[in-house]
Amino acid sequence: MGIKKRKTEETIFKALMVLACIMVGSSLFLIVGTIVVKGLPYLTWDMVSKIPQGGFYIGEEGGVLNAIIGSLYLAGGATVLGLCISIPISIYLNIYLKRGSFLSKSAKLAFDVLFGIPSIVYGAFAFSIMIWMGVRASLLGGVIAVTLLIIPILVRTLDEVIATVPKELKHAALSLGATRWEAAKVILRQIRPGIYTAVLLAFGRGIGDVASVLFTAGFSDNIPIYIDEPAATLPLAIFFQLSSPIPEVQGRAYASALILTIIILVIVVVSHFIAAKQTKHNI
Amino acid sequence: MTQHPLISVKNLNVHIDGHHILKGVNINIPDKSVTSIIGPSGCGKTTLLKTFNRLLDDTANVKVSGSVLVSDEDIYAPDAEVTHIRKKMGLLSQRPYPLPMSIYDNVAYGPRIHGVRKKSELDAIVEKQLKDTSLWSEVKDRLHGPAAKLSIGQQQRLCLARGLAVEPEIILGDESTSALDPISTHKIEDLFVRLKEKYTIVLVTHILRQARRISDYIIFVYMGEIIEFGPTEEVLLNPREELTKQYVKGFIS
Amino acid sequence: MLILSIASVSFVFLIGIGLYWRAAPLFNENTLYSLFRSSEWAPSSGKFGFYPFIMGTLWVTLIAIVVALPLCLLTGVYLTEYAKSSVRRVMLPLVNILAGIPPVIYGVWGIFFVVPIVREYVAPRFTEYSSGYTVLTGGVVLAVMIFPILVSIVSEVLKTIPKELKDASLSLGATKWETIKKVVLKRALPGIIAATVLAVSRAFGETIAVLMVCGNVPVAPTSVFDGGYPLPALIANNFGEMMSIPLYDSALMFAALLLFVIIFLFNLVSRIILNRIEHKYSS
Repeated sequence: MGIKKRKTEETIFKALMVLACIMVGSSLFLIVGTIVVKGLPYLTWDMVSKIPQGGFYIGEEGGVLNAIIGSLYLAGGATVLGLCISIPISIYLNIYLKRGSFLSKSAKLAFDVLFGIPSIVYGAFAFSIMIWMGVRASLLGGVIAVTLLIIPILVRTLDEVIATVPKELKHAALSLGATRWEAAKVILRQIRPGIYTAVLLAFGRGIGDVASVLFTAGFSDNIPIYIDEPAATLPLAIFFQLSSPIPEVQGRAYASALILTIIILVIVVVSHFIAAKQTKHNI
Repeated sequence: MTQHPLISVKNLNVHIDGHHILKGVNINIPDKSVTSIIGPSGCGKTTLLKTFNRLLDDTANVKVSGSVLVSDEDIYAPDAEVTHIRKKMGLLSQRPYPLPMSIYDNVAYGPRIHGVRKKSELDAIVEKQLKDTSLWSEVKDRLHGPAAKLSIGQQQRLCLARGLAVEPEIILGDESTSALDPISTHKIEDLFVRLKEKYTIVLVTHILRQARRISDYIIFVYMGEIIEFGPTEEVLLNPREELTKQYVKGFIS
Repeated sequence: MLILSIASVSFVFLIGIGLYWRAAPLFNENTLYSLFRSSEWAPSSGKFGFYPFIMGTLWVTLIAIVVALPLCLLTGVYLTEYAKSSVRRVMLPLVNILAGIPPVIYGVWGIFFVVPIVREYVAPRFTEYSSGYTVLTGGVVLAVMIFPILVSIVSEVLKTIPKELKDASLSLGATKWETIKKVVLKRALPGIIAATVLAVSRAFGETIAVLMVCGNVPVAPTSVFDGGYPLPALIANNFGEMMSIPLYDSALMFAALLLFVIIFLFNLVSRIILNRIEHKYSS
C-alpha cells in the first residue's frame, strides 16, 4: 500500500470520527431543542403554580404543581434516606476495611451490579415488599423504591470521591492518635463538595425516573401531606397526559417535560460547577 | 571527527508545557557507531532521543524549533513525511512493549504496513531478524504463540527484531536494558556492538559502565544543554568540563 | 456499618429471591420451556407465552447496539487519540448531561422526533405502511440513551493503553490510524466488549422511553418496521390490572426476574473484566 493510500484511509476515518462526535454531541441539543420547541408554547405560570382543577384532564384549568411537589418530596426523601445508608457504607468500605479484602471486593462488585439493575426491577421488587408489608401505593412506597434505586449511585459516587482523598491525609489523622471514626470525620469534611455532587446526581436520577414509581407512588391530584398518601410525580404526569387524546392535555405534557428538563439541566450544571470547584481545591 | 555525521542537530529548542526542556542543542552524531547520551534524570536525554524520530509530535503543548538533519534531510521540514522518517529509525523503549499479537506478527507488523504482502517474503524477513537478534533458536517452535508469553529479556530482543524488520538506518535505545536482568542486558549490549557495523546506534543510558562498555561516543547532557561530546574514553576518563567531571565521579546524579 | 455493608451485598440476592418467590406460582402450571417458546399471551385464560416479548426485547436491544456501538467507538477513539483538549472539555460535559436526561424525556423526544422521521422518511422506502412506532424507533431512542455509558467506558478503556505501546507502532512507520486499528483497538478489545455488554444490559432494562415509542404489539417482530413489546414495557403496562387475574402477577414478576437474572449476569461479567483491566494497567 502506498503512503498516499494509507494517508487517505486515515483522513476518511478521521472524518468519520468527527462526524460521529458531532452526532453524539448534537443528540443532546436535538432532545432539548425538541422539548423546548414543543413545550414552550404551553408553559404558563398556571402550570407551575396550580394543582389540577376540576376538568383538568379534559383540558381545563390547572397545573402540575402537585406533580412537581410530589417529585421533589419523593426525590428529596429518597436522597436523604439514601445518604443515611450509603455514607456509612462507603466510609466503612473505604476506611475500616482493608483494600482487597473479600468483603470490600464483593461489596464493590455488588454495588456495580446493583447500579446496573433497571429501575423497573426495583419498582417490581419494592412493590412486592409493599404487598408483603401491607403498604399501599403512596409517597412512602415511592420513597422506598427510589431509595433502592439511588443507593448504588450514591455509594459508587462517594467511593470515587473518597478515592481522591490522599492516603497521606488518612494516615496523618490516624498517626496523630485519632480513632478511625475521627479519621472518617476528617475525610468526610474533606469530601463535602463531592457529597454535594453525589446528592445532586442521585436527586436528578430520582426525580426523573418513572419505572420505579409507576406502581409504588400512585398518583394524586393533591399535594401529599402525609407520607401514606399517594403522590403524583412529574415524569408520571408527563406519561399520563401524553396518552390523552385531548390536544390541550398533551400540550401540558410537553410543558411538564420542559419543566422536568429544566430541573435536570439546573442540577447537572450546578453539580458540574461544584465538581470543577472541588478539583481546583484539591490540586 | 572523520566520519560523516548521520544525524545533525542544529540549534534545537524544545518547550513542553512552557518549560524549556532542550536549550539550543547542536550535535553531530557519527555514522555506524554507538553514541550514548548520559546525564542525570530529568535532564532531557529522552526528549532529545524522541526528537530524532518525531515521537514528540503527539504530545500536547510541545514546541520544537531548530532543525534535525538525518542524512542531510530536515525531518522537521513542513513537507517531511513522518512515517517515512520513523521507518528509518528503530526505537527500543525502556521496557519491552510487544504488540498484542503473535511473535511472528510482531516482526512482520512493520513490513506488512509498508506493503510486503507475500508470505515467503515475510517468512524470510522474520527468520532473518530473529536470527540476527539470537532469538530464532529460542522461539522457532512457537512463532505463532503470543509475544506476551516470552520472558522480558526475550521480549526486548523481539522488539529489537521488530524494529530491524523495517530496515532502519538508525537504532534509538531509551534505557533499553533498565528493566532487564544482567544476562539479558549482556545479550542486548552484545547485539548493539554487533549491529553497529550496519546501523547507527544512539542510546540513552544512566549506567556509566554500560556507556563505557559499548559506546564509541558520549554526549553529556545537563539541564537541557549539551555540556560535552566526544569519544568515550575522553569524556569518561578525561573530561574537559567541570560538570562532566563531577557527574562521572558521581557528585551529581 | 459492617451490618449495612453485608446487608447491601446480600441485597443483590434478596432481590433475586424476592422476585423468584413471587414468580414461583407460575412454575406450577408451566414449564420454563413453554414459557419461553409459546407465543400465546392471554392472561385471562391463563396462557403466558413470553416469546414475543423476549423477541421484542432482543430486536430493540440489537438495533440500539448496532446504531450506537460504531458511533461511540469512533467518538471514543476521536476524543482520546485525536481531539484537542478543548474539544474534550466541551464533549465530556455534554455526554454527562445526556446521561442525566430522564427516560421519559427521551420518550417524548422519540415521539416527536424519531417516530415522524421513521414514519415519513425511512419506512416508506422499504415498506407499505408504518405507524412510526416500531422496534427501529425504539432502538434508535435507546441508542441515544446508551451513548453516554458507551462513550465514557470506551474512553476510559482507551486511556489505559500505554503510550509506549503506541510509540512502538508509530516508530515502525505506522500512521496513527494504523496504530489505532491494529494495536490500540486490539489491546482494548476486552474492555470494549465489557462496555458493550454493560450497554446491552442498560438497554435491556430500559422501560419507559422504549414503551412510549415502540408500539407495544404482543407479536414477535419480523422486520425493523414492526412494532414490538419488550419485557420491561410488559411489566409497566400491565401492573395495574395484574391483581385481578390469577397468576398474572406471577407472570409479570417472572418477567422482572428474567430481566434481573440476565442483567445481573451481564453486569457481573463485564464488571469483572473491567476491574481486571483497571488493576492490570493502573499499577
